[in-house]
Amino acid sequence: MTSFENAPTLDIDALISNREIKILVCTGAGGVGKTTTSAALALRAAEHGRKVCVLTIDPARRLAQALGLTSLDNTPREVVGIHSADGSGSLHAMMLDMKRTFDEVVETHADPEKAKQILENPFYQALSSSFAGTQEYMAMEKLGQLSARADLEGTWDLIIVDTPPSRSALDFLDAPARLGSFLDGKFIRILTAPARSAGRGIGKIAALGFGIFTGVLNKILGTQVLTDVGTFVAAIDTTFGGFRERADKTYTLLKQPSSRFIVIAAPESDALREAAYFVERLKTDSMPLAGLVLNRVQYIDAPELSADRARVAAQSLGNGEHELTAALLGIHANRQAQAERQRHLAERFTAAHPSVPVAMMPAMAEDIHDLEGLRRIGDSLAEH
Amino acid sequence: MSDAQLWPGVDLHVVSGKGGTGKTTVAASLALALAQGGRRTLLIEVEGRQGIAQLFDTAPLPYEERMIAVAPEGGEVWALAVDPQEALLDYLEQFYNLRRAGAALKKMGAVDFATTIAPGLRDVLLTGKAVEVVRRKPDDKKNYYDSVIIDAPPTGRITKFLNVNSEMSGLAKVGPIRNHADLVMSVIASPRTAVHLVTLLEEMPVQETIDGIAELTASGLPVGAVFVNMTRPSVLTEQQRTAAINGTLPLDQISADLAAVGIAPEPLAAELASEARDYALRIALEGRELERIDNLSLRHLTLPLLPGGVDLGGLYELAATLRSEGVR
Repeated sequence: MTSFENAPTLDIDALISNREIKILVCTGAGGVGKTTTSAALALRAAEHGRKVCVLTIDPARRLAQALGLTSLDNTPREVVGIHSADGSGSLHAMMLDMKRTFDEVVETHADPEKAKQILENPFYQALSSSFAGTQEYMAMEKLGQLSARADLEGTWDLIIVDTPPSRSALDFLDAPARLGSFLDGKFIRILTAPARSAGRGIGKIAALGFGIFTGVLNKILGTQVLTDVGTFVAAIDTTFGGFRERADKTYTLLKQPSSRFIVIAAPESDALREAAYFVERLKTDSMPLAGLVLNRVQYIDAPELSADRARVAAQSLGNGEHELTAALLGIHANRQAQAERQRHLAERFTAAHPSVPVAMMPAMAEDIHDLEGLRRIGDSLAEH
Repeated sequence: MSDAQLWPGVDLHVVSGKGGTGKTTVAASLALALAQGGRRTLLIEVEGRQGIAQLFDTAPLPYEERMIAVAPEGGEVWALAVDPQEALLDYLEQFYNLRRAGAALKKMGAVDFATTIAPGLRDVLLTGKAVEVVRRKPDDKKNYYDSVIIDAPPTGRITKFLNVNSEMSGLAKVGPIRNHADLVMSVIASPRTAVHLVTLLEEMPVQETIDGIAELTASGLPVGAVFVNMTRPSVLTEQQRTAAINGTLPLDQISADLAAVGIAPEPLAAELASEARDYALRIALEGRELERIDNLSLRHLTLPLLPGGVDLGGLYELAATLRSEGVR
């Protein structure tokens, strides 16, 4: 079995049973099993008596089916088939619909006529469906809503969030504020009312640059984009508080001691590098890290036999009647080599971040089809 | 092996795949394989990860074409990390002679808007750079490449990334940037381009590949091949695999063999049998998933799992495998 003794163990069951913890955020590079891990943790927590809501971003079809997420209605739905010993645990699951979440924010904050105006604006449509950061912003927004509802109604006592498949895991933390600043920022103000902004307060040098600026924008984007943006900003101006302020509010929520981050990685250099960036960032921002989940680890039944020794033995057995044993030694040598490489990578991470607790998950080739599969993942996470 | 090209007329290869399937490795091996025999290829990175530099064990790549490897029988692999900000300034200079406006634009937040916030704009800048390289003429010997290979965003985002036209339409229906998007599209959606998807023989990546192909096809983007990565060699016979799965491998014989080469057979024989069971289950799964790939009636190329991981030597090994499967 692969293990690296130096790292403390991430005790999954202690984590999910800790009632002080109300939000768990699962993050990491793409393809490391974030969504599956979040769902498995959510199920395990529910079966340990927590009232859980899991917010998934983009689940594979089968996982969605396993959770009973057949329709996309942007509301948490109860998952049936939970085995909670005393009946106190429950699991709700939802899939984030970012456009719908954004639309709902608009509808909540603007009167019907103004809302209609905003929803129909082409710039708003691009913003709410395809802008970078919108998914992260809306994931944060939804998390804020769920958390407020949990506090108010007691529907849930644990919210588990799966983060969007971004270019970088850090985007989950940075993108909402970046988008918020942009929407509140100078650029968009200038687009709204060039004449006013140019005259007011941006200073002589900027005003000089400004001439070039509007010229360039008109040249590149064309005037239609500028008009759309202008109408959009005029419409939202009076209805919303600052976008940035909104994003910052949820960000603050994640800094509370009742929140924890779980960083997920595979034992590959890219994924572990991404995990390391994230861990360092959490430290810088004093955000609470629970630990690292290392997925897809190659497990070995016979760790004491090295890859080299197995290869030499296989060679001296050669072919003929000893073929089978030689082949088995060859299989072992390959697995061992892979495991050694993974261990080396994992140890490098641990050397740089010795205090980060780690839990490991064996590599699983099969997709998750049902709650039973998620349960097995939970068992295995808690074991190692 | 015939010398006929797998992808006649294609000079832009876009390599995508689910995260963790090894698309950077495949893109790099493809660049090496296509360069072999005296050709020049350019490997383009668009996601700012510096994965190519790490793979080739070189310093981080700048926004500048740079030779990073020599292919067998002559041939050069060059690399370029396209940074959206630089690409924007590049674009302003090429089309509007406006490089110097960059500072003012940056100050106003327009550069952020174009390069991080509006993905349509960002993607036009990134794909636009690749298309600019592809459109260079062969007589421009110093700057010409026989093939351009993009290490592209993952399958989940690839159609949006390439389909800059429809992405832009939300933002700009008319205007110069829209015209630029049309130009980019005239190359990407043409027979000059092939979009390849990398997969592992596991359920989720295969499903994502199948969905990705459907999406690309629906958007009129040219699908190339499926690269089946990290496959395990089949070292056991079908009978042996069945025995391994059923737990009926001859443990006595295995123990005797182990003892003969000086390895204590207890408890190793049983442990090896258990590893063989895992392996056999895995091969069975790979077989089922390969069938689903076969059903796509698309060409697929197979690359082996390198147990020690991919280093520079491994890249040449993978490139040689691609050559043996007909990549020219």
